[in-house]
Amino acid sequence: MSATTGGSQSPAMMEEGLIGRFLRATEIDTRMLGMLAALFLIWAGFDLYGLFFKPGDGLLGGQFLTPRNLWTLLVQTSSIAVMATGMVLVIVMRQIDLSVGSVLTTIAVAIGALQVYKLGPLLGVGNPSIWIIAVVAGLALGAIIGALNGALTAYAQIPSFIVTLGGLIAYRGLAFLLASGVTIAPMDNTYVLIGGYGPAGSIGPVWSWVLGLLACAGIVLGILRGRQQRKKFGFPLRPVWAEVTLGAIGSAMVLGITAVVNAYPWAPKVIENYAKEHNITIPPGTLDASGSALCMDGDKVVRCVSGLIFYNGFAIPVLIAIVVGLVMTFLATRTRFGRYVYAAGGNPEAVELAGINSRKLTVLVFTLMGVLVGVSAIISSARLNAATISLGQSNELYVIAAVVIGGTSLAGGIGTIYGAMLGALLMQSLQSGMSLLNFDSAYQDIVVGVVLALAVYLDQVYRRRAK
Amino acid sequence: MTHAHKQPTKVERSGPPLIEMKDISIAFGGIKAVDHASVDLYPGEVVGLLGHNGAGKSTLIKILSGAYTRDHGDILINGEKVEISNPRDAKALGIETIYQTLALADNVDSAANLYLGRELRTSWGTLDDAAMESECRKVMGRLNPNFRRFKEPVRALSGGQRQSVAIARAIHFNARILIMDEPTAALGPQETAQVGELIKQLKAEGIGIFLISHDIHDVFDLADRVTVMKNGRVVGTARTTDVDHDEVLGMIIAGKCPPGAVPGPGALQSASAAA
Repeated sequence: MSATTGGSQSPAMMEEGLIGRFLRATEIDTRMLGMLAALFLIWAGFDLYGLFFKPGDGLLGGQFLTPRNLWTLLVQTSSIAVMATGMVLVIVMRQIDLSVGSVLTTIAVAIGALQVYKLGPLLGVGNPSIWIIAVVAGLALGAIIGALNGALTAYAQIPSFIVTLGGLIAYRGLAFLLASGVTIAPMDNTYVLIGGYGPAGSIGPVWSWVLGLLACAGIVLGILRGRQQRKKFGFPLRPVWAEVTLGAIGSAMVLGITAVVNAYPWAPKVIENYAKEHNITIPPGTLDASGSALCMDGDKVVRCVSGLIFYNGFAIPVLIAIVVGLVMTFLATRTRFGRYVYAAGGNPEAVELAGINSRKLTVLVFTLMGVLVGVSAIISSARLNAATISLGQSNELYVIAAVVIGGTSLAGGIGTIYGAMLGALLMQSLQSGMSLLNFDSAYQDIVVGVVLALAVYLDQVYRRRAK
Repeated sequence: MTHAHKQPTKVERSGPPLIEMKDISIAFGGIKAVDHASVDLYPGEVVGLLGHNGAGKSTLIKILSGAYTRDHGDILINGEKVEISNPRDAKALGIETIYQTLALADNVDSAANLYLGRELRTSWGTLDDAAMESECRKVMGRLNPNFRRFKEPVRALSGGQRQSVAIARAIHFNARILIMDEPTAALGPQETAQVGELIKQLKAEGIGIFLISHDIHDVFDLADRVTVMKNGRVVGTARTTDVDHDEVLGMIIAGKCPPGAVPGPGALQSASAAA
């Protein structure tokens, strides 16, 4: 233990404020902190705006900071967030994939048609293997299309911009042919749960709390393990107060989100149907339209404040997105594959001279991207309970925007998975905030475009100052 | 010319050479970058490769390090023919290279660069960053004791520090043959002297070194023999004890092979008459 934290207290460090000391001690990514701040500002702004122009029961008097809206926001973000995690690696490796939107449409239509036209009649509608076959087929199709993109880029040496621009156009055509211009619906009953469709598409409050607490335990274990590892090799340790604060903030955020999703009740109609199906008696009470529970007012079912109520908890697509985020972070930071992707983005020649097969690496990255598009295709079509050719439209732009807002450099070599997922959440917040306030979609597009440019500008200012 | 003829150093040349590149040719789109070139290197020997920019020395050496695949010729290690078709093959044979460009991934830290392509892994198969950083601290401690910036991407490091990382990567994996392409180009006088010391130390350990440079003084100080190339061809090879600076300059500029040198195919035809 030659180097300890106490030894290098220079006067400059003593002078820096409490926040500066906190940031240094916890080694938090300040950029991520900035994004979180921007996100909370946007949320608060929408809710405050609502207070004056469209009041609701949100935290600040609008309609944005309500459990219902935040729950929906998370579900809406999940599809783009999943693809953004893959796009980070693609862009870090100095490539681009413009085809993800059209590929999503193609996969959604293909596995929609598979379950509705083929598997349904063949195995009988509702057969429990239908959703599994559809999911496997979707992921496999994504992998094949991704591998093709990668092979054309790496081996045929066509720039990925061109390969995937061609893909953007061609797969849109293919999807149209596959769908023969009609909406394919309905999807399998189990399949739709993947999209969070219906009350069974969420895991309920009990399991949500279990997962939330497990996540907290994970955070604590992670911090302890990191400390142990640093101790073992005699690296400088973070001060204990910093570790504790970090763990506390992380856990508080996890539990806060859990509390929010657990506060979003089922729709009254859904509760009524569920009560009927399961022979649950609805307690008596008086009508109160502001409540979300159900009561029996005489022989009439009415809304009331305290009566029969069920809450959603985490929606399945949100959990899928979180798991994808964790797996992708693991791949990016803890495996050789991820190390090579980042190194190749920093200096392709260095990777080549180190004896790494960078062509194979390119194919792998695009294949992974394709599989993630498959995941998103499943989530989107399940959430809609239908496959249409409008699914996935312009998604490539939102995915790339999310990744760039999340701090990934288009020059390659730099980018984080969590940044991209936060970027997706930020973009979705803007969009749903504006539609909540009945902004015209034309204005929404303008705002999103301006925010994209602004985010990149701020990022560059930040990086220049960080140097 | 104070040290035109230096004290001969002992290099055992009785056995087969450590490396022998025989009759190597490579062409890029009709241009013969290397044209029937032959060089050899014995254990514990430093051979300087000299020549103008574009003389073919870097290309020849990239064939040895596996970055290029030759069109023609043989590579022998300890007298046995070997096949080198990519950098991985070369590394497996104990050939390590310090490239002129350093070939560092600027966006990752020094430990990640040190182990690029040869990462240490935990029993779970994941990257063992802590172990790699720990090893990196040891190696860098030997090469550059003042180095502390282990957590920063190498982009943030000074030229000398980056060079140290590249050198550390080449010597950390028990190289038998070391190729140094302009190893001191980015360095100050003190760091250059350090590299010189390092070369002497590695030489003493029996490692063979190809030293590519266009600084003839550097090469004269460190090399046992020089091979001069011009227009992709070898002008000649000489022990540094048998020739002086002017003669070597004559080889580089005019392709004139002095009497103390063994002429190659690139030597001026009238060289013997002129001498």
